[in-house]
Amino acid sequence: MRRNLAKAFEGSNTQIFRRAPLPRSYTDILGRKLFLFLLTVQGLGAFALITLGVILKKNGVAKNVIRPRLRQEIARAGVALLPMFFLVALGLGFLVVGQTVSALAKVGAISYLGSTMVIVVVRELGPLLAAFLVLARVGTAHVIELGMARAQGEVEALEALGIDPVHYLIVPRVIGLALGIFSLTVYLILGALASGWLFAFLQDVALTPGDYFKQIVESLSWLDFALLALKTMAFGFFIAVVTCYHGLAQPLRLEDVSRVAVRAVTQGVMACVLIDALFIVLYLVT
Amino acid sequence: MSENLTIPAIEMRGVTVAAMRDASLTVVADVNWSVAAGEFWVVAGPERSGKSDLLMLAAGLMLPTAGCYRLFGSETKHFGEAELAERLRVGFVFQGGHLFNQLTIAENVALPLRYRKNLAAEDGAQPVAAMLELLELTPLADVTPANLAAHWRQRAALARALILQPEVLLLDNPLTGLGARHQQWWLQFLDRLAHGHEWFGGGPVTLVVTADDLRPWKNERRKFALLRDKKFLPVGGWPEVESHCDPALKELLAGPLETTI
Repeated sequence: MRRNLAKAFEGSNTQIFRRAPLPRSYTDILGRKLFLFLLTVQGLGAFALITLGVILKKNGVAKNVIRPRLRQEIARAGVALLPMFFLVALGLGFLVVGQTVSALAKVGAISYLGSTMVIVVVRELGPLLAAFLVLARVGTAHVIELGMARAQGEVEALEALGIDPVHYLIVPRVIGLALGIFSLTVYLILGALASGWLFAFLQDVALTPGDYFKQIVESLSWLDFALLALKTMAFGFFIAVVTCYHGLAQPLRLEDVSRVAVRAVTQGVMACVLIDALFIVLYLVT
Repeated sequence: MSENLTIPAIEMRGVTVAAMRDASLTVVADVNWSVAAGEFWVVAGPERSGKSDLLMLAAGLMLPTAGCYRLFGSETKHFGEAELAERLRVGFVFQGGHLFNQLTIAENVALPLRYRKNLAAEDGAQPVAAMLELLELTPLADVTPANLAAHWRQRAALARALILQPEVLLLDNPLTGLGARHQQWWLQFLDRLAHGHEWFGGGPVTLVVTADDLRPWKNERRKFALLRDKKFLPVGGWPEVESHCDPALKELLAGPLETTI
């Protein structure tokens, strides 16, 4: 494996350290956990930078090979998940939007509907839910596929043939996931808002579709669109980085699959929550 | 061409080879070896003696932890995009093939060509079809590796390595697990490559293979080396192999032990 890629995985090669018996003192346990956390952050950071470097440096290289792979990944992380997202949008509309509209109407605060919907669905719940669903459906598949590819020597084979493994295996997954989460979030938000009004209408709330969507549109600013795009793409990028990192970090044996997949999903969720927190700060500042 | 013949294709001086899986582990030390253009080397050794790691290093897939390694006369201290063209003059066939399981056999063979030359699938189809024909793989073109027997996977890996027309071909234990008929095919095909094949414009391909059973490789024109106890020992031609008194070499000439339960 290329030296810079191997360096990124140095932090993950701590199996003996991870499996060693826990020390007796609580401070030692805390110290070990902190040390492992820092090693993981270092490895993930290096891997993210390598991936970003390859995306920029190899833009246009072997495009006749990479573009079909990119289309495949967009289909997998986007188009193939549309039916599931349609159902989730219906559920989200019913659970959140329908109930919120109904509750606001009861207390006579229906004029706050637009801003409530924008904060809850557009800024927070929509992107986060879309990211978690894609992480569960596609991210776990990345971990297992890449882990098996590593175990079967496909990474070494790519290098022997002069094909950059990051360019061929990682870049299409990262871009596919970033674009997939962005598009699915847009569909999820639109579907949830539409089904939300439908459920409010079924509960006899006196709100015309025109008023409902007008309030939402008036509460949206250009910043919401820009930050929504940035946030969902950041979710996609980091989910792909975390899952690909854990997939490639070590040759996956059958008994490792569940442990590595759980770790990747946990870290993916943590990365999304951290990114979300960063964007909340951005919303508050601007 | 004359320059090609005078400069060794692969040269190692005092090289220490680390394990591919664990760089802190030395598998072979102090290797002094020179592979001239057109030679056919058989590197033999018992299991886990470091044959694959030595071959990976010879292919430029990893760096020595000590010593000097030269590929076509130029010392290589790191592998970047600039050194890639030189490195691709060396082809590598992994033991077991290491094919890409998501792709069909034709796609596996086409991938390096399409990636290196940025070809669309239809543009790379003709040389791929010719290569599949050459290796008798045409009926299996649309089959995925998981649905193939091991000997066909190994042959597909050879096709994938040859598609870039390397000047040097390194093969890791190519005869392992093959039946007599397939072994015969491999030995004849490799001999045709060593003598000059029309696919390569009639020029000989430099060959290095590893083996844990020397018997099938008996040939006056091949050169032999032994790997044992972390040492690389060039033996010479077949007569020297037969007259050598090293017990490890005798064992490799006797073939694998038959176990009965």
